[in-house]
Amino acid sequence: MKRTGSVMVFVEQQEGKINDVSFELLSKASKLAEDLDEKVSAFIIGDRVEHLLDEISEYGADKIYYCEDEELKYYKTKPYFKVGKKIIRKENPQIILYGATKIGRDLAPRLASYLYTGLTADCTELKIGEENMLYQIRPAFGGNIRATIISPDYLPQMATVREGVMQKKKNKKDSEKIKVDVKLEESEVNDVRIIDRSKKVKKINLKDKEIIISGGMGLGSKEGFDMIFEFADMLNAEVGATRAAVDAGFVEKERQIGQTGTTVRPKLYFAIGISGAIQHRAGMEDSFKIVAVNTDPDAPIFDVADYKIVGDYKEVVPNLMNAYEDLKK
Amino acid sequence: MSYKIVVLAKQVPDTHDVSGDVMKEDGTINRSALPAVFNPEDLNALEMALEIKDKYDAEIHVITMGPPSAVEILKQSLYRGADKVYLASDIKFAGSDTWATAYSLASIIEKIAPDYDMVFAGRQAIDGDTAQVGPQVSEKLDITQITYVKTLNELNNKKAKLTRMIEGGEEVIEANFPFLATVVDEANDPRPPEVRKMMKYKNAMTRLNFKDALHKMVKFDDEKELKNYLKNRGLLIPVIEVSDLDIDLEKIGIFGSPTKVKNIESVVLKKEKIKELQPDKNGAMQLMRELKNAKIVG
Repeated sequence: MKRTGSVMVFVEQQEGKINDVSFELLSKASKLAEDLDEKVSAFIIGDRVEHLLDEISEYGADKIYYCEDEELKYYKTKPYFKVGKKIIRKENPQIILYGATKIGRDLAPRLASYLYTGLTADCTELKIGEENMLYQIRPAFGGNIRATIISPDYLPQMATVREGVMQKKKNKKDSEKIKVDVKLEESEVNDVRIIDRSKKVKKINLKDKEIIISGGMGLGSKEGFDMIFEFADMLNAEVGATRAAVDAGFVEKERQIGQTGTTVRPKLYFAIGISGAIQHRAGMEDSFKIVAVNTDPDAPIFDVADYKIVGDYKEVVPNLMNAYEDLKK
Repeated sequence: MSYKIVVLAKQVPDTHDVSGDVMKEDGTINRSALPAVFNPEDLNALEMALEIKDKYDAEIHVITMGPPSAVEILKQSLYRGADKVYLASDIKFAGSDTWATAYSLASIIEKIAPDYDMVFAGRQAIDGDTAQVGPQVSEKLDITQITYVKTLNELNNKKAKLTRMIEGGEEVIEANFPFLATVVDEANDPRPPEVRKMMKYKNAMTRLNFKDALHKMVKFDDEKELKNYLKNRGLLIPVIEVSDLDIDLEKIGIFGSPTKVKNIESVVLKKEKIKELQPDKNGAMQLMRELKNAKIVG
């Protein structure tokens, strides 16, 4: 199959602010487009988005489609779907990338269904492979295996990627800007009505912390995490957790690190009582330094660690805290 | 008034606990070594339907696509209060990706309950975590989708008021019937099976389960006798095959699926130089000193 056309990114904005994941995807798209010798295209939807286009140019888009309408102020499936369809049909890209956000994960599958094409969720790696095919790599099966997915006979090839997985890099382009008009029918706008929206202030911030201390099932209980919080306080770190620890109710879901949680890349990552399933490693293995503490000397977490400590966290963590205090003196 | 609700459910391998002996040497998963369970968020979807049934009255139809053994989650649905359950099982469905699955499910819904008011599904299944089938079914049905639903606040006059999760917050919306909602695990605590219903439905099965059942239930001489027994007691679960549906054979199963798995691996990334430290005070001091010297900790 002959694959031609640009590498496109759905640029997501909320309340006039572009989501970071979109810049990360534009940077990835620039790399993929370079390998294919093609252009990068982007599309953005909202009530007023024209003032955001220069920001998109900063990250390498050769061509930007934008659609503005009061009814597009907040994301709603049907109106965004209609605009997306029109722009994709116009551009005919060979690849489209979406953030694996609540919006991206709502819009992308609906578009994939309509376009009769493949969509791979939560990719951790994207690259151009044989016959210029997009290799979409993702952990699967609860993160215990890594699968390479292709969509050999269908276009566009589509993927979603979580925030923080790709790295953003400026690459200013002189973009061509194309305004798109879409007529929205009353039934498309009004079969779902937004009555109220509320945003919680995010208390837990895993992405911006330089040090993260994460716990897993090895901590045994909610109380096991108390010591982790104490240690984190001392180091001005944030507390993370594995999916299993979150599912067991030890800590809040917002702390989950891994393929289905947040991807982090701190300067220092402590993995305490974490065995190290791919599901978790996918979200932390690019940390600059990794310290792993586990009673099992063969735990897979040690395969990605820089420092290995085999021992009980109840002994190791207090020793680390004391050492830190002593060094401060 | 009574509502008609379709619930989409999937039987999945319990991926929460994949240990060494479940991985085959070539890095693939030995699915049969994992216990099969009701996909957790599909149980939340069923619970949401059951709560509507309790409060307003509803007729709940549960559909699953899978092998004959997937009948187990249909029985689990009956134990909790589902009214009708269907097993879509056909070798022609095998190997379906999310696109082909959604296409098949949409045509099943149109066959068994074309006059549905609402379709509920879990947000995602734990064996793939894609969260794609819900939105794709709703596109195929050409109805509105409401993803990440936490609460169904109220139903009246062919409208529903729901609370859904958005990035960093929540949104309350009102949606017209019909719609498809995907339900998250925060939505509710699914009820346990009801003992009375378990007694009633414990022998429920599909005709695909007859062979196995005849080994265990000695009082029946042949399949015909078993079938009559089940039928008379409302215990025969219908099987839906491709031939029952108005469906394009080129769009289902492995051949109708746009995505293909190119390869699967269990990659182990070994760090080059790992430093092993003792769990004692000396080890702790050495680590903290190195981190401090490298200006990684303050």
